[in-house]
Amino acid sequence: MGRYVIRRLLQMIPVFIGATFLIFVMVYALGDPVAALFGDKAPDPATAARIREDLGLDKPLWQQYLHYMGNIFRGDFGTAFNGQKVTELMASAFPVTMKLTFVAIVIEIIVGIALGVVSGLKRGRPLDTSLLVLTLIVISVPTFVSGYLLQLLFGLKLGWVRPTVSSDAPLNELILPGIVLALVSLAYVTRLTRTSIGENARADYVRTAVAKGLPRRRVITKHLLRNSLIPVVTFIGADIGALMGGAIVTERIFNIHGVGYQLYNGILRGNTPTVVGFVTILVLVFLVANLLVDLLYAVLDPRIRYA
Amino acid sequence: MPEAYDPNQVAKDAIAPTGAGGAMDLAMSEAETLEKTPGGPGGTGPQEKARSLWTDAWQQLRRNPVFIISSLLIVFLVLIAIWPSLIASGDPNACQLSQANKGSGPGHPFGTDQQGCDVYTRTVYGARASIAVGICATLGVAILGSLMGGLAGFFGGWWDGLLSRLADVFFAIPVVLGGLVFLSVVVSDTIWPVVGFMVLLGWPQISRIARGSVITAKQNDYVQAARALGASNSRMLLRHVAPNAVAPVIVVATIALGTYIALEATLSFLGVGLRPPTVSWGIDISNASQVIRNYPSQLLWPAGALSITVLAFIMLGDAVRDALDPKLR
Repeated sequence: MGRYVIRRLLQMIPVFIGATFLIFVMVYALGDPVAALFGDKAPDPATAARIREDLGLDKPLWQQYLHYMGNIFRGDFGTAFNGQKVTELMASAFPVTMKLTFVAIVIEIIVGIALGVVSGLKRGRPLDTSLLVLTLIVISVPTFVSGYLLQLLFGLKLGWVRPTVSSDAPLNELILPGIVLALVSLAYVTRLTRTSIGENARADYVRTAVAKGLPRRRVITKHLLRNSLIPVVTFIGADIGALMGGAIVTERIFNIHGVGYQLYNGILRGNTPTVVGFVTILVLVFLVANLLVDLLYAVLDPRIRYA
Repeated sequence: MPEAYDPNQVAKDAIAPTGAGGAMDLAMSEAETLEKTPGGPGGTGPQEKARSLWTDAWQQLRRNPVFIISSLLIVFLVLIAIWPSLIASGDPNACQLSQANKGSGPGHPFGTDQQGCDVYTRTVYGARASIAVGICATLGVAILGSLMGGLAGFFGGWWDGLLSRLADVFFAIPVVLGGLVFLSVVVSDTIWPVVGFMVLLGWPQISRIARGSVITAKQNDYVQAARALGASNSRMLLRHVAPNAVAPVIVVATIALGTYIALEATLSFLGVGLRPPTVSWGIDISNASQVIRNYPSQLLWPAGALSITVLAFIMLGDAVRDALDPKLR
């Protein structure tokens, strides 16, 4: 187990370097960060050159990258152009997005798996068919459409929730945005669980469990569900990273000041340190989430051993 | 009893007739011959000739209502993408500010938007960009992905390791974020930056599938036989492995087409995808979202059209998967 984790961590290094370097190159191509610093005014050439030297922007790209990564590992993500530390921006933005992602994942797991189990056990019945059609429709409606529709319906017409989220983003205001963020993945989780349950429901061990007189509830939760969850767990693990990155749309609709909001503004204003710093963290989250998923396999299925 | 056991005959039966699928297809085709449905196989040749995976899949697709509905929808959408003037006579960019934010009325069945443009015309013309981006991106992703994945799976070794790590790198970048960064750099009036970006970040999805199915296919006996007979790498890859590994790629690519259309709209909505004067549902939804409190219908029409288009392609992908995946039969 320990050796497996170490090997996986080592494998993550080239992927991490590759992904961050790619983003670094793209952001670098965003344009001259020094010009962005001066806004609409044209900078004085001498001052611009001095700032460039101070920030190390006169060096070749790969040297800048190494310098930047070196700083990151010392916990220094640089300073945004308005003088705020990027780490301060992160400290305000990441908790909000993490709360939002948490709400979305919880909804996804509870509702998605429950619907999937019901659907998979009633395969071919009207309930199953209608759930299947419903998931197709949900997958087809992009997040920014469902976001506005639900905001219009529950926030403006019915007035059940506040249409936008206040700046400290309390958990109860994040329920509607969480549902919006979760919707598409929720449909995928339902379909995956349904297929997996449907395949396993005919397995020998389920028949044995029923035959030895276990109550239905116990057969489903202890035997069937545990064996059917592996593909679902894989999906949810990969989804954590996607949700945090994809929260950009949801955060924009509900005016949530999270990672997506900061990144969007960072990109629009050519604020290089903010963008690279945030994306680096998101890539890390994605890689670590995937590693955790692989380790979870062993918990779900004791036959899987890591050497 | 020489005639009872003839290894040559057995081998011929097992390999020759299908070309794809092997024993399973043989069993299926025998079942079909037994049924002897009179109007069944329309002009597929003599019954002794066993059907391939593709003929079987087509037989199943033709009877699937989901496939019929979605392909009719897609034919319609492609038609209006090519000739939008078939059902919309006006110019989508001919707008009169004096007519802004009107409800539906004569000349404007869906009303007008903030700029006074006709919502109906713009909704119809929006199909073009979405369909074009979806199809081009899917083609690009499928070609690049199956090339990379196929080569990695077939040759293995360090080449496989390198390509797989490369796929991991692109896979680790969040799509919408990457799109925001990449597309705010490359600004153009055409659809190509959007398509290029989708291919750049989308190919690992296909390459993983292609790699897996090539590895499965190359272990089959007929490939080993071809190798033993001295077939070249390219012949084995093109004649034996590729035809038997392509089905999963087609399934994933068809489903991905719908998601690329949704992604294009999302990027256009965020202001980095397609740009005016290109008519895109994403742009229109973004504009309409500013007045959603007072004029929700401006948002509902393009949003509905977008959702139906995505739905049509995802339904098609679903039907194709059911037909091509023998496990679900």
